[in-house]
Amino acid sequence: MNMDTPVPPVDRYIVLDAPPRRLRDVLLRWEVILVILLVATIVVNTIVSPYFLDVFNLADATFNFSEKAIIALAMALLILVREIDLSVAAIVALAAMGIGYAAEAGFGPVGLFATGIGIGLLCGAFNGMLVTWFSLPSIVVTIGTMSLFRGITQVILGDQAKTKYPQEFLDLGQSYFIKMKETGISWLFVPPVPLSFLIFLVLAVLFGLVLHKTAVGRQLFAIGSNPVAARFSGIPVDKLRFLLFVVSGMLSGLAGALLTARLGSMRSNIGVGWELDIVTMVILGGVSIAGGVGSILGVVLAVLVLGLVTFGMSLNNIPGQVVSVYIGALLIAVIAIPRILDKVRVRPIR
Amino acid sequence: MSQPILTLSGLSKSFPGVRALHDVSLSLRPGSVTAILGENGAGKSTIVKVLTGIYRPSDGEIRVRGELKSFSSPRDAWAAGIAAIHQETVMFDELSVAENIFMGHMPTGPARFVDWSEMHARAAALLKRIDAAIPPEFKLKRLSVAQKHLVEIARALSHEAQVVIMDEPTAALSANEIDDLFRIVAQLKAEGRAVLFISHKFDEIFRIADDFVCLRDGEKVGEGAIASVTEPQLVRMMVGRPVDQVFPKRDVAIGDVVLSVAGLSNATEYADVSFDLRKGEILGLYGLVGAGRTEAMQGLFGITPKTRGTVTLEGRRLSIGAPSDAITAGISYVPEDRQEQGAIVSLGIRENVTLANLSKYIRGLFLSRTSEQAETRRLGKRLAVKAANWEQKLAELSGGNQQKVVIAKWLATRPKVIVLDEPTKGIDVGSKAAVHDFIGELASEGLAVVLITSELPEVMGLADRVLVMKEGRVVDAFKRGQWSAEAIVGAATGAAKEAA
Ligand SMILES: Nc1ncnc2c1ncn2[C@@H]1O[C@H](COP(=O)(O)OP(=O)(O)OP(=O)(O)O)[C@@H](O)[C@H]1O
Ligand SMILES: [Mg+2]
Repeated sequence: MNMDTPVPPVDRYIVLDAPPRRLRDVLLRWEVILVILLVATIVVNTIVSPYFLDVFNLADATFNFSEKAIIALAMALLILVREIDLSVAAIVALAAMGIGYAAEAGFGPVGLFATGIGIGLLCGAFNGMLVTWFSLPSIVVTIGTMSLFRGITQVILGDQAKTKYPQEFLDLGQSYFIKMKETGISWLFVPPVPLSFLIFLVLAVLFGLVLHKTAVGRQLFAIGSNPVAARFSGIPVDKLRFLLFVVSGMLSGLAGALLTARLGSMRSNIGVGWELDIVTMVILGGVSIAGGVGSILGVVLAVLVLGLVTFGMSLNNIPGQVVSVYIGALLIAVIAIPRILDKVRVRPIR
Repeated sequence: MSQPILTLSGLSKSFPGVRALHDVSLSLRPGSVTAILGENGAGKSTIVKVLTGIYRPSDGEIRVRGELKSFSSPRDAWAAGIAAIHQETVMFDELSVAENIFMGHMPTGPARFVDWSEMHARAAALLKRIDAAIPPEFKLKRLSVAQKHLVEIARALSHEAQVVIMDEPTAALSANEIDDLFRIVAQLKAEGRAVLFISHKFDEIFRIADDFVCLRDGEKVGEGAIASVTEPQLVRMMVGRPVDQVFPKRDVAIGDVVLSVAGLSNATEYADVSFDLRKGEILGLYGLVGAGRTEAMQGLFGITPKTRGTVTLEGRRLSIGAPSDAITAGISYVPEDRQEQGAIVSLGIRENVTLANLSKYIRGLFLSRTSEQAETRRLGKRLAVKAANWEQKLAELSGGNQQKVVIAKWLATRPKVIVLDEPTKGIDVGSKAAVHDFIGELASEGLAVVLITSELPEVMGLADRVLVMKEGRVVDAFKRGQWSAEAIVGAATGAAKEAA
């Protein structure tokens, strides 16, 4: 049959499996910049305040950011695929109100968490449906549902507060889920860990594995980079987008439950303004608003940097406004530095 | 000989791990067309990008009419009288044709507001000059790939540049549009401008160029008057060894019907497309640009909804609602628009190659990098992809090499039926032969192929059978051995009406 099968062209090029590792590329990685920032934050705070490096203080500090950080994980995936969910804080409020009513109806802790997550799921599905079925831009849709969900909460509650919750539920939010255990050796111990922080860590590992190790994760990167080519490659683009909105809603509902349990009361203005704090965590974490770039490790590091900066400043009685000025400056600086270095690098003066 | 308009001397450009250009010198004379030849990745587009201020050279100088220049943006290059049609077009889909043409240099009236009527009038005049029947106020996203290319040409002309650079301008054009383009080039030449022309098609180069410059691996390996060389000499210069440009068609035993398509239609673009495709068969789909071939095949693949028609694969009726259904069933489609639909340029080669059937690389719960790498290496080598490493981002590859990666992605799905839409667009002679040979080999292993191409030699060299489409319908069919170039083209243009 094949009498003179032609020989394929000789291999003229050696193509390596991976690029040679170069120190400069490693050092310029966003995560490395964040680690440096994190270490600097810890060092400065330890020098300034003797109360900073105390396990109980640190454990208490995590209460203040863990709920937002949980939502930030879902937000990171949304921003990665060029979407955004600005209704998350409003979902927190709606879920918290549902939990308030459910508690009055006699639900136990499991039922209350389920109520919060369920409400979040419905809200997320609503967002996802508007975005994928009607091809509306998510920024517009979720600005709309932000007002809608918050508005519903305000209409129903007025200036009422919900304050009756079963004690087991409040315990979940207010005490350490893992208790401090000493082993006798001073540096070897099990630290106290609140439930919200534990959930954040577990979810972060889960999200990290899904995004960086599984097929679905790869597909998300592809959608964020080029949604058209992703669709041509057989990726169910709309299905995945819808799913991400549902996940975002569910985690917002979960955060609503944790927040209610921690505060022991809720009003219609609960969690106001959180959406921007959460977006800040994600952007500082190195997820590109243009899509297709980001890592869960970066988001976790950004969460820790922001959390510890805020905690350190509160230890020193620095007012909240100064904290936001600092965080704003940090965000701009950290985003600008790699770009500036890039410019310097690609345009050598000869 | 007149004084050159543009001279490059000692030009070098390096990227991490790649020497894209090394010590290249060339000069362009007014009223002449200079062709740059070279394999994929030889450095042709890099020269264009250096000349238009997109890349800063590592070394060397650019002189325009003897004056030393350094460009840090396309704007500087325009100011020096250099305009380019790039291989990968950068245009604005949501803006009008006129806005795209005059982006960055819109005509302004008093108070520096854009003078819209002036802009539309000038855009219309430019489009008329190249015989493109495109209304200037249309949004760009309404246009086909070929029409976008014409807009790109109009944009280059709008600068009234003394040096016009065309990086593979004909890749997306059909024969008639190419004739139009060459008329424009002749006109530019007559006006005393210098044209730099890049193409992988030798017939075009011999038809239009006066001089040539040949690159290999970033170095200049030859130059001179085009009249003084022959095609085999040029090929040898490019590749460094003689190349069989045409492999003999393999003798493949054609098996049973795998795919049968009946009455495929949608509302506007194609109607009643029916054919049977057999195991090992290569079916050519020929037609003019806009004949509905791409649209029909995208309907088959589930990209766009079809209104009517059935698709049967190996006796099983398929209901394809999305590309994933088609891929699962064993049908692949290599899209024509590499930049938009094929390549994900911010991902690496490996991530692109494995994207369309990731489930194959899952071990346990997670993707296995080693098995991804193995497949990437296998296909990348077979298709002669030139890259520094398999993790390199597609954005850093030359156009032809990106195209090879896209083909590799679809072959990695190990399909039963593959639809190739202009698969060798932008691929150099040697690699084209390698791709053709690979297609032939896969057919001999039982793959059924639908080949959409506007290149007659390609379809006649590879196909067992050719269907000709015109205005959305299949108008004629030819069998290997019973066709002639005239008959196929005649059917596509509607010149030969008596064939019934
Ligand atoms: N931004 C970049 N980063 C790294 N390498 C690059 C970059 N741009 C181009 N290269 C490399 O430079 C070489 C020359 O590329 P170039 O685009 O000039 O090739 P070409 O001759 O135009 O090929 P083709 O015929 O495929 O269009 C290639 O090996 C390519 O991988
Ligand atoms: Mg090129």
